[in-house]
Amino acid sequence: MSKVCIVFDRLRAEEKMLQKEASDLGHATIMLDAKITQINTDSKRNDFDLGDVVLERCVSYFRGLHFTASLEFMDVPVLNKFDVANLCGNKMFMTLLLKKHNIPTPKTYFSFSSESASENIEKVGYPLVIKPVIGSWGRGVMPLKDKDTMDAILEIRDITDSPHDRIYYLQELVKRPPRDIRIITIGDRPIAAMYRKSTGGFKTNIALGADPELCEITKEMEEMATKASEAMGGGILGIDMMEDEEKGLVVHEVNNTVEFKGLARVSQQNIPKEIVEFALNYIRK
Amino acid sequence: MNCLECDATLSVPDDASVGEIISCPDCGADFEIAKKEGSNVELKQAESVGEDWGE
Repeated sequence: MSKVCIVFDRLRAEEKMLQKEASDLGHATIMLDAKITQINTDSKRNDFDLGDVVLERCVSYFRGLHFTASLEFMDVPVLNKFDVANLCGNKMFMTLLLKKHNIPTPKTYFSFSSESASENIEKVGYPLVIKPVIGSWGRGVMPLKDKDTMDAILEIRDITDSPHDRIYYLQELVKRPPRDIRIITIGDRPIAAMYRKSTGGFKTNIALGADPELCEITKEMEEMATKASEAMGGGILGIDMMEDEEKGLVVHEVNNTVEFKGLARVSQQNIPKEIVEFALNYIRK
Repeated sequence: MNCLECDATLSVPDDASVGEIISCPDCGADFEIAKKEGSNVELKQAESVGEDWGE
């Protein structure tokens, strides 16, 4: 019998599903709340009950990332690894890495001040999509269709002025059907996929109410998802693709700490079971 | 158990675990289960959604 530790900060359906599957497989589980865990520079693995492997499942990206750093400091095997979480958590780092690995991805423009962003947008032309480099569930993702919208958004960014507001991530608006594709990869292997259909707007996040519908994984999707996972460093990931009317499939996002309750509703695959088995195989390698 | 905001009656499901969120049916306030030992349940104000939340 092995012991799987699930680190969380808000216990969601996914963490309970992982706990149940680990238990059904005959393994012990430890549910560890990152919010009340204290670590210091003298901390050792034996100071905590962290089991044989940790699944880092914090809903807060920065909390999870920093918690992962401290786990790796104590030589605790954790999924996903710090480097993977760090790359996937920042849309700019992720996009650059996808392109570096020749994985089709929407053309994206970067600026590092509002003045430069304004020039960049006027030069490229409308429409574009502006996205925060850190953040999920589609929050802060906005279409830029004209100069008035651009001026308003850039002004808001200048007022809020959080460190990441100074990074302008501007992406071409991909012409596609009103849906995208989410593929879950475990150890670079795609195991399940769904279409996420927009409920009206241009966003397709399940968190915003998009309908999940099972998607058959084609050979092309399989190859692209595997390549995207390998580019990020592997682990348990959510690869998002769009069907560009001109270029075909493009990968626009790779997600760390993937949520899967939408896909679990429609998939034949037992996703949490696959995750637990992968985690235990990971430490046996 | 009563809501810390509006004093409405809150019901905590028997199978709820520490770390789960329950919402007040009257005012919508969210609370996190901080401790649960049998019928003895402690709640605390749930964190609000952060800028870096989500997948």
